[in-house]
Amino acid sequence: MSGNQNISRREFIKATGAGLFLAGLHCALPLPAWALTANSGITRATRRRRYDLTIGYSPIRIDGREGISTGINGTVPGPLVHLQEGDDVVLNVTNRLMDTEHASIHWHGILVPFRMDGVPGVNFNGIQPGETYEYRYRVKQAGTYWYHSHSRFQEQTGAYGPLIIDPKDGEPFAYDRDYPVVLSDWSFEDPETIFRHINLMGHYYNYQRRTVWDFFDDVGDRGFANTVSERTAWGRMRMSPVDLADVTAYTYTYLMNGHSPDMNWTALFNPGETIRLRFINASATTNYDVRIPGLDMEVVMADGKAVRPVSVHEFRIGVAETYDVLVRPRKDQAFTLFAESLDRSGYTRGTLAPEAGMEAAVPALRPRPVRRLEDIGMGGMARGGMAGMSHGKMDDGNNPPQHDPRIPGPNGPTPFKPEKENTNVAMVIMNPRYRLDEPGLGLGGDGWRVLTYGDLVSTEPQTYVATVDREMTINITANMERYMFSFDGKKFSGHPGPYLFRHNERLRLFLVNHTMMEHPIHLHGMWMQLENGADKLPFKHTILTKPGGVLSALITPIEKGDWAFHCHLLYHMEAGMFQVVRVA
Amino acid sequence: MKTWLTLLLLVFLPAAGLAADSSFSDPEDRHFPADYHKVDSDPEKGAAIRKHADDAQSGTQENFGLQPVHDNELFAVFLGDRLEYQTGEGEDLLLWDVQAWVGADYNKLWFKSEGTWLIDQEKFEEAQTELFYSRNIASFWDAQVGIRHDFKPDPDRTFAAFGVQGLAPLWFEVEATAYISEDGDVSAGFEAEFDLLLSQRLILQPRFESSIALQEVEEYGVGQGINDIELGVRLRYEFRREFALYIGVSWNRKLGETADLAEADGDDIDATSFVVGVKLWF
Repeated sequence: MSGNQNISRREFIKATGAGLFLAGLHCALPLPAWALTANSGITRATRRRRYDLTIGYSPIRIDGREGISTGINGTVPGPLVHLQEGDDVVLNVTNRLMDTEHASIHWHGILVPFRMDGVPGVNFNGIQPGETYEYRYRVKQAGTYWYHSHSRFQEQTGAYGPLIIDPKDGEPFAYDRDYPVVLSDWSFEDPETIFRHINLMGHYYNYQRRTVWDFFDDVGDRGFANTVSERTAWGRMRMSPVDLADVTAYTYTYLMNGHSPDMNWTALFNPGETIRLRFINASATTNYDVRIPGLDMEVVMADGKAVRPVSVHEFRIGVAETYDVLVRPRKDQAFTLFAESLDRSGYTRGTLAPEAGMEAAVPALRPRPVRRLEDIGMGGMARGGMAGMSHGKMDDGNNPPQHDPRIPGPNGPTPFKPEKENTNVAMVIMNPRYRLDEPGLGLGGDGWRVLTYGDLVSTEPQTYVATVDREMTINITANMERYMFSFDGKKFSGHPGPYLFRHNERLRLFLVNHTMMEHPIHLHGMWMQLENGADKLPFKHTILTKPGGVLSALITPIEKGDWAFHCHLLYHMEAGMFQVVRVA
Repeated sequence: MKTWLTLLLLVFLPAAGLAADSSFSDPEDRHFPADYHKVDSDPEKGAAIRKHADDAQSGTQENFGLQPVHDNELFAVFLGDRLEYQTGEGEDLLLWDVQAWVGADYNKLWFKSEGTWLIDQEKFEEAQTELFYSRNIASFWDAQVGIRHDFKPDPDRTFAAFGVQGLAPLWFEVEATAYISEDGDVSAGFEAEFDLLLSQRLILQPRFESSIALQEVEEYGVGQGINDIELGVRLRYEFRREFALYIGVSWNRKLGETADLAEADGDDIDATSFVVGVKLWF
């Protein structure tokens, strides 16, 4: 490589030999060509109709330390699956993890017949070791998606990759370069061990808990009485306002296209070009806040579907969400792609640079935010003494709760009344709030513009009928102290049967988050159109729900069969926040 | 028109009043205030909205013989809460206070053991083991039913044991257990611990323990009423979550009849000790 210093790296990559060069590198590094640093972006040339994907144990090297991954075709992330809308595609997936019960690949956000959706125990019986499953479907959509294993914790150990579909009628916006940016979290710890740790001790990985000194600081800031009543309110709920992520940088290295922050994945550009960055959050449990200091980002797609362009400086990307942004760097300088974990315990970064090897300043991590009681409708309690969540009084009546007109439907969500002895439910939010116009915890106070769900206005054709036939409420519930996660107070194994959707009905699904955490809720096999007040509702496959919040989505179940519906935080799903939706 | 309005008021006001009132009197209805359900959006839209899908096609869930998720995983853990050396006014001794359990979210088999070894006399002062079936009965609480066997002091005794263990409001870790001995003597023990974070790894843990008996059992130096209280404070440093070293102070005092019995035997009724020990789990 040193021999090429006399010509610019950019020009070199553009040269015809680039393909061979990258192929050579591919053998040396456990990375696919699309994820290599200083590549020039993806083009239509990589598009195919048939892919052979093999999940197997492969070495991974992060910051000089070697581990074993469950990579696909030997790499983490896996190869780019690049398809064209309208094509009939064949994807052969082979399980070479010989000691596993099964492997699988789920095409996240892709509308497929239910046997092709890839959830063992719901759509098929998984791919047994040594066997190959042929996924075959017609691609009915375009945009940025991803794929991942749906078997146990294989996703945590590297079984994921980007899935990009070119539209048959051309892209809705113009750009010069195109880079997938896959964000993920890697741990050298066995995910089984991680799962055990957080089951046995919820704060195992949290080294940002509040200390005695924080108490004194708060007393100084807010007074003794306020501080004590705030601490008491949380203490009575036995919840922590700084329990922001189950798994943190204590064990994670946050990755961008398989590169640690030190490895500095770099995307090249020429000043004046428009660059499309396809952000995909392929993490097991990490929600990221993404920004590029010095550049405006124009959000043009959310979850693969086009939205009216919104210019922002930062956006939160929940686990499993995707956002496509356009950036237009004019200056001949490097820019940092900065993705901070929600709990501020760590970050990953890459660089957008005119030349390989350049770097820009890496911002400092912002302070770890603290949840407010107001977020769960308990604001009055910090002042007016104590009242428990499910058995207490509302605050003293000077703030009577009202049906927020922004919450759709005649009645809002159905109230949730779990049985008293239901130990799965540690908290019931009496008055869930509409929070789609909020940027989220720890965001919005930096003096720059942050994307909210309220900003998303679809520019896709609205193909489904507008009239709502039916409403349904699903409550997101948990007992975090015991690491029990559930829907409607029932873990997956506790539900008597699947949720029933009717084929082609127009359903309004309310999601009420009765927990203290953000949960990215993913529905397989059909779009959720988020009711965010826009005249054309944005399409989502994964919705990041806020604590104490209610939101609703309009759904038209277009494909009969059983579909998974779950929290996309891997360990929450495995702990029971999972259910089957039956479309019949 | 006036009569109509009056009629309307007569019918609606008490009803509205009742509705508003009931939302605060019936605990089940408190999850949502009554006026949260005011219908104020487009009625045409709402008129035809149904709440339930036809469940004619629901059957047993097909799962291809696989569980998509494993939400009742069995875990097993050993907790060495206090493994310490005590020195002070009383005799120097080694103390252990360990627990272990195996089980899933709702049901566990729980083992506990606690005791002291007198270093100078080279003998056990106390050695107690308990085995419980533990059931998650409330969000933060387990009910426990089982047996306790004391190998020491001599002669050994067996008890039936019932208790609760869990996390009380304000993050107190609490254990409370009642015992009936083989001779029918009734007693109870209570323990509470609290973690105070000085830093992310340096943690101060105040601890309170007490026992109470309904009958005097002279043979074991147990008087009627509150037997003793023990107050301790331990400062630990967590090298990692599973392993911490600590130092601390422990003060205990025998009370009431129990103190009288001890004094009659020529024993001290209170003692302060310095402790050094390790806290671990795996």
